[in-house]
Amino acid sequence: MKILVCISNVPDTTTRIRFTEGNTSIDTAGIQWVINPWDELSLTRALELKDDPSSGVKTVTVAHVGPAGSEPTIRKALAIGADDAIRVNSESSDAYFVAAQLAGVIKKEQYDIIMCGIESSDFNGSVVGGMISEFLEIPSISAVSGLKVESGAPVITREIDGGKEIVTVPLPFVAVVQKGIAKEPRIAAMRGIMMARTKPIKVVDPVAADQMTVIAGFEKPQPRAACKFIDQENPGLLIDLLMNEAKVI
Amino acid sequence: MSVLVYTENFDGKFKKLSFELVCYASALAEMLKTGVTAVTIGKVDDDELKRLGNYGAAKILSVINDKLTQLDNQAYTSVITEIARKEGASVIVLSNNNTGKALAPRIAVRLKAGIGSGVSRLPLSLDPFTVYKRTYSGNAYAHMVIRSEVRILTLSQNSFDLVEKPTGATPEIYNADIDGALIKTTVMETQKQSGRILLTDADIVVSGGRGMKSPDNWAPLVELATLLGGATACSRPVSDEGWRPHEEHTGQTGKIIAPNLYIAVGISGATQHLAGISSSKYIVAVNSDKDAPIFEAAQYGIVGDALKVLPKLVTAVRELKK
Repeated sequence: MKILVCISNVPDTTTRIRFTEGNTSIDTAGIQWVINPWDELSLTRALELKDDPSSGVKTVTVAHVGPAGSEPTIRKALAIGADDAIRVNSESSDAYFVAAQLAGVIKKEQYDIIMCGIESSDFNGSVVGGMISEFLEIPSISAVSGLKVESGAPVITREIDGGKEIVTVPLPFVAVVQKGIAKEPRIAAMRGIMMARTKPIKVVDPVAADQMTVIAGFEKPQPRAACKFIDQENPGLLIDLLMNEAKVI
Repeated sequence: MSVLVYTENFDGKFKKLSFELVCYASALAEMLKTGVTAVTIGKVDDDELKRLGNYGAAKILSVINDKLTQLDNQAYTSVITEIARKEGASVIVLSNNNTGKALAPRIAVRLKAGIGSGVSRLPLSLDPFTVYKRTYSGNAYAHMVIRSEVRILTLSQNSFDLVEKPTGATPEIYNADIDGALIKTTVMETQKQSGRILLTDADIVVSGGRGMKSPDNWAPLVELATLLGGATACSRPVSDEGWRPHEEHTGQTGKIIAPNLYIAVGISGATQHLAGISSSKYIVAVNSDKDAPIFEAAQYGIVGDALKVLPKLVTAVRELKK
């Protein structure tokens, strides 16, 4: 069984976002790039499955759509334990285009389980995983917080409003993964980092695909009014303000 | 041309988010000078369906098919896209909840459409069709142009006010022709909490962080939430420690919520936490450190020990309820 984990290269989540070029793109100066947090959790779970011989998972590949500049992030995924990587050599600014690229990779290489994070921390789209499954016309399960493989079939925990379901689908399928899939992201050990240097990153050209969206510009969120402090001995005043000023209780 | 809105029902009932969706679709339809068709899948009685008409749905379609009792992304996509084509929908609106996130991307590919996900306002312009979209986990908002002819939008929960606009529309049954072989999802088990207000639906949320010091100290926090008719939440360290269930984790990698009131108790307000709550209408912070970043996000703050302040807040709210 083969697993593909799709990874996105995003600014570290503590980055202070600034813009350049008339607010049309973000200022990348000084940004630390990391694997998108949900993709990192997906990768961790994929590797846990591979570690368990009963799962039948033999290889874990990572795929990424991005320019050569994102290779350090791919190396990091290899250092954490992925066996090999595929990079589609293209900018990734539109979900439809990116999903079409990843679907192209999957068509060629054939995987049993495709894992995607539920969103990327930059565009917050929650789109690519579902789009891949539709391009390939294969099942998808979204909001996956648990994944096991039993007797060759996936056993999936799907979060629903106010609860969860245990579901299964025929392979291959796309798991759109959220929190809960793995406890903590796996960290690269020194041995992994050394081994990652020689692991293959296959670079492929993009396939023709439409670009459905374009970012015309960014703006910062509206700053909030300064905090009104209330004495800790007088919490009744807070309740009063919430009721009569904010009118929220 | 029309605006199609997918209003999910929850065991045959609509929630506030369903009506928010219809209101959003209706305001959008007004911009486009067209009407709104609402569609729901699964058994909902007539009186409940008619409620969609109170918020501007000119046409209400109820899809009933015994093969569609569980969410199957492919089958649901087929039904919604079939209706979208028949209605000549130029925009399809879904919720940005789990179901919306599961369906919107599939519908988009099937209709060759671009998605504006997690929108909280009406489009900034119609030509080019430009949406206002949360990016960088709330640290920036993008003006995103959707170039396709059909557009899919997913609406953030609790971001659009309810406005009544009765149409008196009579619900219609829509017969979907579903090939059973198309359904690939088998649900083996369902676990549901009942009787509790869901975190994502709650208008008021009381949330605890590490400043609560121990899982044994949660009783006054839960009591405050109950008194206010709200839900409880927690920060990531709290759920990582197993003090509270992971469903309560709000923040970038946990639940992203936008209640009317978010009360953060003993939470310092790391960027990742703020990413999950910054769209709340009002934020109240209780923290012993006056320099904690949570006070920058909050409108009201109390500097003090969470465990000492909480019981006083509980007493103050109880006094009010008398």
